[in-house]
Amino acid sequence: MTMVRVHRSTVIDAPVAAVWEIVRDFNGHDRWHPAVRTSQTERGYLTDQVGCIRNFVLTGGERIREQLLTLSDKERSLRYTIVESDVPLMNYVAEIVLKPITDGARTFWSWSSRFDTPPGQETALGSLVAEAVYEAGFESIRERLKDRWAPSSPPSGSSKTSAAFTRSITSALPAESKALSGQAMGIQRYGGPDELQPIEVHADAPGPGEVRLRHSAIGVNFIDVYCRTGYFKLLQPPGVPGMEAVGVVDEVGSGVTHVKVGQRVAYACPPVGAYASVRTLSAELVVPVPDTLDDQTVAAGLLKGMSAQFLVKTVHKVQAGENVLVYAPAGGVGQLLCQWAAHLGARVIGATSSEEKARIARASGASDVILPGAHSLEDQVMALTEGQGADVIYDAVGRDSFAHSVAALANCGHLVSFGQASGDIGSWDIGSLASKSSTVSRPNFGHYTDTPEKVSTITSDLFRMIETGTLRIAPPRTFPLTAAADAHRALEGRATTGSTILIP
Amino acid sequence: MVEVYTSSVIDASVDRVWAVIRDFNGLPTWHPAVVESRIEGAQPADQIGCVRAFRLADGGFIREKLLALSDYDLSCTYSMLESPMGVENYVATMKLTPITDGGRTFAEWSAEFDCPPAREEELASGIGQGVFQGGFDALKAKLGG
Repeated sequence: MTMVRVHRSTVIDAPVAAVWEIVRDFNGHDRWHPAVRTSQTERGYLTDQVGCIRNFVLTGGERIREQLLTLSDKERSLRYTIVESDVPLMNYVAEIVLKPITDGARTFWSWSSRFDTPPGQETALGSLVAEAVYEAGFESIRERLKDRWAPSSPPSGSSKTSAAFTRSITSALPAESKALSGQAMGIQRYGGPDELQPIEVHADAPGPGEVRLRHSAIGVNFIDVYCRTGYFKLLQPPGVPGMEAVGVVDEVGSGVTHVKVGQRVAYACPPVGAYASVRTLSAELVVPVPDTLDDQTVAAGLLKGMSAQFLVKTVHKVQAGENVLVYAPAGGVGQLLCQWAAHLGARVIGATSSEEKARIARASGASDVILPGAHSLEDQVMALTEGQGADVIYDAVGRDSFAHSVAALANCGHLVSFGQASGDIGSWDIGSLASKSSTVSRPNFGHYTDTPEKVSTITSDLFRMIETGTLRIAPPRTFPLTAAADAHRALEGRATTGSTILIP
Repeated sequence: MVEVYTSSVIDASVDRVWAVIRDFNGLPTWHPAVVESRIEGAQPADQIGCVRAFRLADGGFIREKLLALSDYDLSCTYSMLESPMGVENYVATMKLTPITDGGRTFAEWSAEFDCPPAREEELASGIGQGVFQGGFDALKAKLGG
């Protein structure tokens, strides 16, 4: 036997992260490689589990079993070997390496292998591997990413070409579309963090108007704790919590036009079920993620950023020169409210409990920070505003802060009460609000995000603010999905500033 | 430690690009920032351990030592012994890989070094954009694409 070496390489006009997202999936060739009809992993192996074995049926009917030897998200490389094959490739070890081309946001892709063949078949099998496997794979990915990354393509990718391409991808799928198995963290009953236990889930093939996603990052929000404890009845056990995630579209159902297979998307809304590696849900709920934003930033900032957006743009339109008081300014939503209101030209005052959090508030744009002290909150606000009071107050504290907030308002001021971290607000006499012509709002996330149009307006504003660097999303604290209980403990223990996310 | 990574595509075969950059004493023939270079002690320029001493267009003087050279991997690694830049433990690697699709070359140039935290950004961009990208741009102009 003679050893054959094959090396092919190319340049793809897309950032390395976009190419890696597709190539990294060891069980994904059936969705992009023209030579592969079906792909299935054995014995419940996860696709990024080293040792995973995939079973290919090629378009010619041949079967190949391949095993993942190496996977590196750092080097963006993977190596695999053939363990059994109808094609006589022996001692076959292949390597894929992606590298960023830093002058132009493109990708260098190298695909190489060495193997033995029966005598006389070296050239034929060498060409087969080089051309039908590697080069054909390059062309398929190039074609697939072309619309997304061509400078002239519309951002929504709804051009004629891309629609046709989506159809050809979906029609190339096996007729009996299979459910996709994955891992989730679910609860069997309401209770403490340890009720969150790993379970296996199956994401069905998407029906009409649905999409199936492979999640890459999942947002953790305080509402997830309420779902787990049963305070909110959004989740009926047994079930999977979570309302925010970023992922890649794995498959689309009929009638879905605004996203396509391979596209990165995100959502932040009920119904619950985001604490999972795979999920099928209504396509209307997901929005495309701009290529300039990474998965972790979006998972950390989507729900909180959408909240901040409608709080400063719709519930109260913050104006330049207004005095804006923000409670919990170092928290996830609080940091974004400070930055956004300051960007709109308001003078931002933060109200928090420690010097450390005060520093975070100042870094987010608060020009003054109020700490508990000899003077009441309202006295401190009045002193800072020369007796005017706050034109708008963003108060998510609830019961303990309500009376102070009303007292700290300016004439015709607006109290936006959007949370109850300290407990139910309780009952208040609205008659006294006349003494300053005060307005009180109790906005609910659901009502500001209940149509695709509203979500699209909010998210495009939010993404633009992040892309231009106007809004900074602090790097989130990350936990593996399987450590969701630890993430909840950290959140409930108030040990966090900024956001927390889970990585499947 | 600061890491800098710059990469590019040069529209020339890997053999042509390697022939230019393999010469450890050849910076003045292609890099716009370098005006003259010599190898100390009259050693061959491909002898591992040799030191090149070169002068920059702005008058700066730099000495660098060849740590590794591979005609198999098409890569070259060197350290900086002396420079006006204010960096320590500077080690850089230049590596070429053929792009089989089109007969072009994928070129990578990376470095690791230590410096005071306040200067990290300035030095990383000066080296990555100035020295490395400047070199790539000159190679592209010289060899095509």
